[in-house]
Parts: sequence; structure tokens; C-alpha cells
Amino acid sequence: MIYIELFVEFFKIGLFSVGGGFATLPFLNKIVDTKGWYSVSELTNMLAISESTPGPIGVNMATYVGFHIASILGSLVATFALVLPSYLIIIIISNFLTKFKNSQYVINTFNIIRPVVTGLIGVSFITIFNTAMFSFGIDIKKIIIFLIILFLIIKYKKHPILYIGLGAIAGIIFKLS
Amino acid sequence: MKILLELFIVFFKIGSLTFGGGIAMLPMLQRELVDNKKWATEEELMDYYSIGQCTPGIIAINTATFIGYKLKGKVGAIFSTFGIVCPSLIIIIVIAGFIKNFLYIKWVMYVFAGIKIAVVGLVLDAFISLFKKNVKNKIAFLLCILAFILNFVLKISPVYIIFACVIFSIFFTKYKEVREDKK
Repeated sequence: MIYIELFVEFFKIGLFSVGGGFATLPFLNKIVDTKGWYSVSELTNMLAISESTPGPIGVNMATYVGFHIASILGSLVATFALVLPSYLIIIIISNFLTKFKNSQYVINTFNIIRPVVTGLIGVSFITIFNTAMFSFGIDIKKIIIFLIILFLIIKYKKHPILYIGLGAIAGIIFKLS
Repeated sequence: MKILLELFIVFFKIGSLTFGGGIAMLPMLQRELVDNKKWATEEELMDYYSIGQCTPGIIAINTATFIGYKLKGKVGAIFSTFGIVCPSLIIIIVIAGFIKNFLYIKWVMYVFAGIKIAVVGLVLDAFISLFKKNVKNKIAFLLCILAFILNFVLKISPVYIIFACVIFSIFFTKYKEVREDKK
């Protein structure tokens, strides 16, 4: 049943994605191969909308993917499954906060996971980069637009929605596909 | 009951007014929870936030659960968590339902092709700042490369990679403890 599958996938994401926001991306990317619920291109669209609407990106993505696969009930199931591990884990930790904070196990695990998650997000970047840029062959216009937007992002660090708006305008002007 | 409702409302507000999550949410949490409601001290909030970063799950959700649980136990945590998730559910469902019917119009396709390029830029920017923050020595660099290869070349699921990290860390820490004890 699709709802159970959704629940299992998003429970896993909630349980294993450490570091918030973009940390869910490698898992969502993997679903493209394992489940085929959406394409990388659709995933990138969903990411664009999740970034330009209020709320945590991970929650927005779960809601969107759930809706995409199984409508409103799907989005409720996916979001509930994503949130459930957090809820359970935090309630357990709340009872021994200081002990948890100073535990050598926690510190070491975090130190190992952080660079690993960084590497995984690097893979996600390459995957969506390929789809966004080269799925219709090499388009020099796209590469130039990408470089300009990237330069602006790194230089000015403004709100993501601004760059997404800029991308939308460029898309219309240059009739990108 | 009043507190529960307040928990829901405050976190609903936080969920509906912060874009991008993560760090962007911190000033908002501070204003609402520390300054306005006095539900936590600044120090507590920083604790929750930093623990929220190194436990699984979405950081904002973790923080909401902490505060809700602190004020009203398990039920409180349900209200605060539901509060922060609710705006996303409503907004995304409306947008997703709306966009589905427009995705095949030529202009909308142009728009999304352009938007995708911007999103790729934003992900690269996130990757660069994470890299600067998390990969500061040789071992971290090796771990980063190793994760990259395992996932990209060997197509191993991130679930197994993260799980392996946790197992490795437990043995590594135990081993070090035993060695320290011997000294």
C-alpha cells in the first residue's frame, strides 16, 4: 500500500537525516532510483517551491512529495512520518539533556557525521546540476545564467526567494527548457 | 489548555513566517520564545538548537518538540510540533494542487527551467558553506570524499552510510575509552 511505503520512506528520512534542511536531499534523491516516485527534474521543482515558501525545507519537501504521490492524505502521512522520529528522540533526550550534551559518544558521532553529510549533499548537487543544466543537451545560455546567479548568491547572500525569482525571469526571457 | 493553544499558535506563527528554515529560524525563535513568551532562556534555546542540529530530523521540529515538552510534557510537544508543521502542510498542499494543472503551459515551463538553475546555485552555495564549516582537517576531508564515493559511485544508500557512521563512532569511542583506562 502506497501510504505504508510513504510512511516507511519518510520515517527513515526523519531518523537518518542529521543537520536539517538540505540533509534530507540525499535521501530524496535516492528515492528516484529505488522507488521512481518522481524524476530528478520534478524533485528540483519541488525543492524550488519548498525554498520559496515559508516553513522548514524538510517539512515542505515531505508535504510536497507526499502530495505528489498520494494527494492530501499522502502529504499528511509523509509529514507525520518525517516528524515522528524527531518527536520520540527529543522527548527521550529531554530527560537527560546535560548528560547527552557532554557525552563523548554524541560528540564523536556528530564529528563523523558532519563531513559525511557534506559529502552526500555534494552528490545531490551534482545530480540536480546535471538535470537542470544538461537534460536537453548543452545550452551555453543556461551555463552563463548559472554562473551569474551563483556569483550573486555567494557575493550578496540575500534571501533564496530573490534568486529563485531571478531564475524565473531569466527562464522567461531566454525561453529556457 | 490555554498553554497548549498558545504553544500551537506561537509555533504556527514561527512556521508561517520563516523562510528557508535552519539558521534563518533562529532570530524568530529567539524573539518569540525568549523575549515575548519567556518560555526558555537564551541559553536553553541555544542548547536546544545545537542539540537539534546533531540529532536526527529537522532542526526546527526538534526545537519545537523541546519547548513543547518542557512546558507541557508529551502533549505540549505534540501541539508545538503540529503548530510548526501546519503552515507548511497548508501552503504546500495549496501550491502543489495549483501548480499541477499549470506545469504543461509553455510559460510555466520556461519559469521552472530558470528556477531550477537558481536552485542548483543555492544548493551549491549550501554545499560550500557546509564544506567550510564541517571539513576543517584531513580526516574530515577523507570522510567527506569517502561518503561522496560510496553514494555517487557505488550508489550506496545514505541510510546505510549514516548508520555505519553511528556504529563506527560507538566502537571508536569505546575503544578510546578502554585505551584511556589502561593508561
